[in-house]
Amino acid sequence: MRPTLIRANVPWWRIDFREIWEYRDLIGIMAQRDLTSAYKQSVLGPTWFVIQPLLTTLVFTVVFGHIAKIGTDGVPPILFYMGGMLAWNFFANCMNSIAGTLTGNAGLFQKVYFPRLCIPVVKIMGTFVKTALNFIMFLGFWFYYRHFTDVVLPPAWHMLGLLPILVFCAVMGMGMGLLLSSMTIKYRDISFFLPFFAQLWMYASPVIYPASTVQVSWRWIILFNPMSWALEATRRCLVGQGTFDGTQIAGSVMAAMIMLIAGVMIFNRAQRTFVDIV
Amino acid sequence: MNSQAISVRNISKMYHLGTINRRTLADEIRYGWLKLRGKDPVAHMGKIGAKAKDRNPEFWALRDVSFDVQPGEVVGVIGRNGAGKSTLLKILTRITEPTAGEAVINGRVGSLLEVGTGFHPELTGRENVYMNGTILGMKKREIAAKFEEIVAFSEIEKFIDTPVKRYSSGMYVRLAFAVAAHLEPEILLVDEVLAVGDVSFQKKCLGKMEDVAKQGRTVLFVSHNMAAVQNLCQRVILLQNGRLVAVGSQLEIISAYLGAVGDKSGQLRNRADRTGTGEVRVCEIELVDRDGRTIESAICGQEVGIRLYFSRLDTALWSRLCASIMVKTQFDVPVFLHHNRLTRQEFGVLPKHGYFELRIGRLPLSPGKYSITYGLINDGKCIDKIENAMELAINRGDYYGSGEVPPETHGVCLVDGSWKMESTSNSFGRNGET
Repeated sequence: MRPTLIRANVPWWRIDFREIWEYRDLIGIMAQRDLTSAYKQSVLGPTWFVIQPLLTTLVFTVVFGHIAKIGTDGVPPILFYMGGMLAWNFFANCMNSIAGTLTGNAGLFQKVYFPRLCIPVVKIMGTFVKTALNFIMFLGFWFYYRHFTDVVLPPAWHMLGLLPILVFCAVMGMGMGLLLSSMTIKYRDISFFLPFFAQLWMYASPVIYPASTVQVSWRWIILFNPMSWALEATRRCLVGQGTFDGTQIAGSVMAAMIMLIAGVMIFNRAQRTFVDIV
Repeated sequence: MNSQAISVRNISKMYHLGTINRRTLADEIRYGWLKLRGKDPVAHMGKIGAKAKDRNPEFWALRDVSFDVQPGEVVGVIGRNGAGKSTLLKILTRITEPTAGEAVINGRVGSLLEVGTGFHPELTGRENVYMNGTILGMKKREIAAKFEEIVAFSEIEKFIDTPVKRYSSGMYVRLAFAVAAHLEPEILLVDEVLAVGDVSFQKKCLGKMEDVAKQGRTVLFVSHNMAAVQNLCQRVILLQNGRLVAVGSQLEIISAYLGAVGDKSGQLRNRADRTGTGEVRVCEIELVDRDGRTIESAICGQEVGIRLYFSRLDTALWSRLCASIMVKTQFDVPVFLHHNRLTRQEFGVLPKHGYFELRIGRLPLSPGKYSITYGLINDGKCIDKIENAMELAINRGDYYGSGEVPPETHGVCLVDGSWKMESTSNSFGRNGET
């Protein structure tokens, strides 16, 4: 066992990844807890993980598809919204839950030590499981449209493309979440602003509309939004529709990496003494 | 240095008092704008423009604390409220970082800062045992191996598959302590956990801690419970206002501590360790003899009065105020407590200044040093209280009125007793009689 060294002013870039690995059992159990405790004492239990996005999709189909009549580039609206929500929710849930890491677990952090970076990892794992459940539901609809209607869908192996996209979303979500979490320590305003911010970002991303229908004068929003290509690419893999290019990917990946590194560093610096000011 | 279990070198911890934000959004924006243009915000905005660390007064919770703990040693840390005990533990358990200095810990650390950390109300006892265990640093495997033992120790076998939100607070604490107690760390850091549960469970906890100590593991034990410190610790560290003032054998340090705590003069005006809402305050304690004359110390069996001089700071009547006095030994063991409700005596409307007096006909204390803790309670609410407010010195005296002077070794209290002898018909005592 290595001796534990407690020092003042540990450099902000020093992160003990080995220690996080030593706490892997904790990460596993916490992720499990997040999932099992969420819907305890509810009859439908974990089914809610599927019902919630299903209801959202139905609402979107009715409101945006039928009432506002926003086009979906010929893709069946249910598949279109569900596909977009899949990637967006994964990202947004990562960001929102990680943003609450420090303030939400203050009680725990004030009493016991474990590497604080464990919590963001737990949140990503939990969000991934929920997204996987949503994906299974999506597959049901996808299978129906492919085999019982004449809608043309890409071959199933295209779905493998989803994996790197989800990795990108996780990186982006974690970077943003950690930055927000560190800022919330000092300014609680962030936690009130966050839901609004997330919603605004969603409408600025091609979730409920395809990027191709955006007017030229508004294109720049899509181009500079690092989430755009991820959503378009998700739909390209799932339903064969989506417009993005290599420059967009390169820029977005770069932005996400910078975000993650900055987020981890700032978080690491903030967590050292945050119990003193929380 | 590497052979030490814990080695602390010049650890200091500073807190900033006050708030970290500027008060208004306008101030924040103005500050940011001034900064952006490269101007000095302090010159334009005054004090509010300064950085938090310049604006707020500093408070040093710990200052240059250094000590070593050998492997297998059980060391107590004592000190008044605010002496820095908890801050020290927080730093050693890595909950927060020191402002200066460093510490090295050799071995796996387990902490019992607050039991039940991370218990999730919706999860069952079983799930929480795993949860809590891993938070405290155990591996899943280790918990599984000790699971039966943990449950048996907590005495809640029947409820282990019930969500802990339905547990009584006692059950909750028992389960939590059971997990923590089976942590088997090489170094155990403990903070006041012995104040939990009923008496029999407390005994069990103390027993468990003794076991830990006997197994040659290192324990750092922070407590106000002098009896527990005395029982468990070989060496004691005394902290005062963030500084380490003494290290030594338990008896030496504990009496130094209680000597420092119990102010002989009985003047309480400047005491900072008051608790309570404070509308009525005791400003002085005085020991008087039968005729009301102030005395420095009392003699066994003497008739004495303990006076609590008070000031009422508001305009309320306080006709239901209850005054209580507790006398404790040097080791913080309560000897007796007396309050005016016990004898159904009411004080009536409280004047602006005055005193409460507890009269004791024949002081039943052995010679030695004691401390007086007083409390003023109104409808169950603590108005004013100081622990160990004054030292009470009892000198040898003729308690029994026989010329026999009881020594210190006769325990803490003396009783009115009398003896006689009678003959019986056989050697079996009363039960043997036919």
